[in-house]
Order: sequence, then structure tokens, then C-alpha cells
Amino acid sequence: MATDPIHHFYINRLVPIEIGGLDLSFTNSSLFMLATAAAAGGFLYLATSSRAVVPGRGQSVAEMAYEFVGNMLRDSAGAGGMRFFPLVFSLFLFVLVANLLGMFPYFFAVTSHIIVTFALAMLVIGTVVVYGFMKHGLGFLRLFVPHGVPGYLVPLVTLIEVISFLSRPISLSIRLFANILAGHITLAVFSGFVVSMSALGAVGVVGSILPLAMTVALTGLEFLVAFLQAYVFAVLTCMYLNDAVHPGH
Amino acid sequence: MATPERPDRPGGWSDPGQDAEDRELERRKRQLEAKLSAHPVRAPADEGRQEPKGGMAGLAQGLKLSSEFIAGIAVGAGLGWAIDLFAGTSPWGLIIFLMLGFAAGVLNVLRSVGRVAPSAVPGPGEANRNLRAPGGPDRGDRGGSGK
Repeated sequence: MATDPIHHFYINRLVPIEIGGLDLSFTNSSLFMLATAAAAGGFLYLATSSRAVVPGRGQSVAEMAYEFVGNMLRDSAGAGGMRFFPLVFSLFLFVLVANLLGMFPYFFAVTSHIIVTFALAMLVIGTVVVYGFMKHGLGFLRLFVPHGVPGYLVPLVTLIEVISFLSRPISLSIRLFANILAGHITLAVFSGFVVSMSALGAVGVVGSILPLAMTVALTGLEFLVAFLQAYVFAVLTCMYLNDAVHPGH
Repeated sequence: MATPERPDRPGGWSDPGQDAEDRELERRKRQLEAKLSAHPVRAPADEGRQEPKGGMAGLAQGLKLSSEFIAGIAVGAGLGWAIDLFAGTSPWGLIIFLMLGFAAGVLNVLRSVGRVAPSAVPGPGEANRNLRAPGGPDRGDRGGSGK
């Protein structure tokens, strides 16, 4: 079992539910999404319950997270973007906590499934499109017509811009999913080496120190990736929301 | 020394010529700032800021750029295929949109490394912005007007 590097990505039905031919089972993925939401929400609830003027440790972390996301959003989308703060903050925390929870041995990494990250990305792009049309009406379409382009190039450039816009949710979701998936597979492969090498006797046990060291190093790397990808996801969300708030001028 | 001394300059003398020079310097400094901030090649303000230096940053950058590029091509090819499916123009939709998708992928990559100016805000330095033609208003006016 230990040598199957993708074993920990399997989805298992914990509570089989089927409604109208749709498989709506409660799976391990759902369980860990719930755990992620509960961990993030619970942490913030506990951390902000005392509301001291001089913050304690938990409150400091919560305030830092708030400031971090708030500054990021204000920098990229301006003060008008702050209405999206709840969305961006929840997304950031969800991705971050999901990535970090996935780092526990035997835990399921929710963000290693592209359908999850794609749903998150579609949520972002859907917000951008809906809000953009609500606020600017058809003026939102100016987003696709860069000004300063010679007239005969406008149709071509607009088509390219539209494709570029449509590719955003895909690249957003692929980036997060691929990073987490690749990282976890690499970790599993190297720790699998440790197991299979140490089965070879004394020489193997000594030799397995190498992959073990690699596993330790990769674990550190994966924690970095977990933070980095949550950050990248949130930053790109902010940038896309900026388009909805000010679609060109 | 005919003019009264300026209280904000301890021991300072202030002849009108010096003041004019200061103002001129100030004006030029501001102009330079405006020009620099409007320059088409700028550090991408997104990931570049907090990314740790070293090999990992390069790997992250590579993954990011490749996903941008692949997404552009994939969406272009998908659109072309769908158009073919519904309009029965196979294979022209796929061919044309694959190429458009390629262009969009290149645009994505250039945009995410900051080679194509994202800003659409007309401002000082507009003259040297021919490069930005395909850039478009994407990514809005971040850093442009601050609002």
C-alpha cells in the first residue's frame, strides 16, 4: 500500500447518498472540505473572541491575515475592491488551510483535485463577470477592446483578449491543482523509496537515508508551496476583481 | 539677502533664484517618477513581491507561466472545436482558434511577466507606449491612478 504514490488521492464514499440518479455521496473530499472550513472559521472565531487591544498570539495571527489580504486587495483593486474582501479572505483562508491540512500524513489534500480548484476559480470569474455587468452594463465589454489599437486589428485583438479572459479560470485552477498534486506525488514517491529500500536489508537501510533526507527537504518545500499557492490564488483573484471594478477607461 | 529668512530653513538664506531652482528640481523629479511608473516594462506586482528568492521562485514562476500558456491554447482549441461541432465548419474553426489561442497564450505569458503594460490609463509617458497595443485594459489601472 505504501508504494502506490497516488493512493492518497482516491475518493472514498463515506456516506453513500444518491438523489435522482446523482451521486451526492459524502466523501473523504467533502469531509476534508468541511474540516477546512471548520478549522479556518473556528480559528478566526477563537482568535477574535477576546478582542484585546494588545492582541494575544491567536489574535495577532488573525489580524496579520486580515491586514495581509486587505492590503493585497487594496493595492490591486483600489478602495472600491474592498467590498470583495469577504470573498477574497475566505478564498485565501480556504486554500491555505486546505493546503496545510493536506500536509498531514493520512490526510486528504482537497486542492489536489482539479474539480475543486476549478470550482473556486469559476466562483472568482463568475463574480467578476456578474459584478462587471451589473455595475457597468455592456461597458464591461470594453475590457476586451484595448484602446490605441488600429481599427483593422480590433476584431483580431478582441478575439485574442476574449480567449485570454476565458483561459483565466483554467490557468488559475490548473496552477493550484498542479502544484499540490505534483508536490504530494513527489513526496509519496520519495517516501515510497524509503520503504522499499529498507526492505533490502542492512545496505538498503543505510541507503534509504538519502530518500529520507529528500523527503524531509520536500516536506519543507511543500509547506512553502502551500503558502505560496494560496497567496498566488488570492492575488490573481484580486487582479481579476479589479477588472470588474474598473474595466478599462 | 533682501528677502526675509525662511523659518523652515535653519540658518537658511533664500534668494528667489534658489527657490525657483528647487521648484524646477521638484517638478523634474515628479516628471521622472510619472514616467518611470508609466513605463511598459515593470515588475509584475502580483507574485514578484513576496516570492522567496532562489531556485523555488524559478520553479514556481515556470509552473505559473506554463499554466498560463497551456490554458490559452487549451481554451482556443476548445472554442474552435465547439464552433466546428455546432457550425459544421470542421476543421477550420479548430485551426483558426488554435492559432488565436496560441496568441492568447503568448499574451497571457507576456502579461504575467509584465512585458505588456497592463494599464489602460492614459497618462504621462503615453508617447512611448506603442508596445502596449495588445495589452489592453486588462489588469486595470493598478498603480496607474491608484483608484
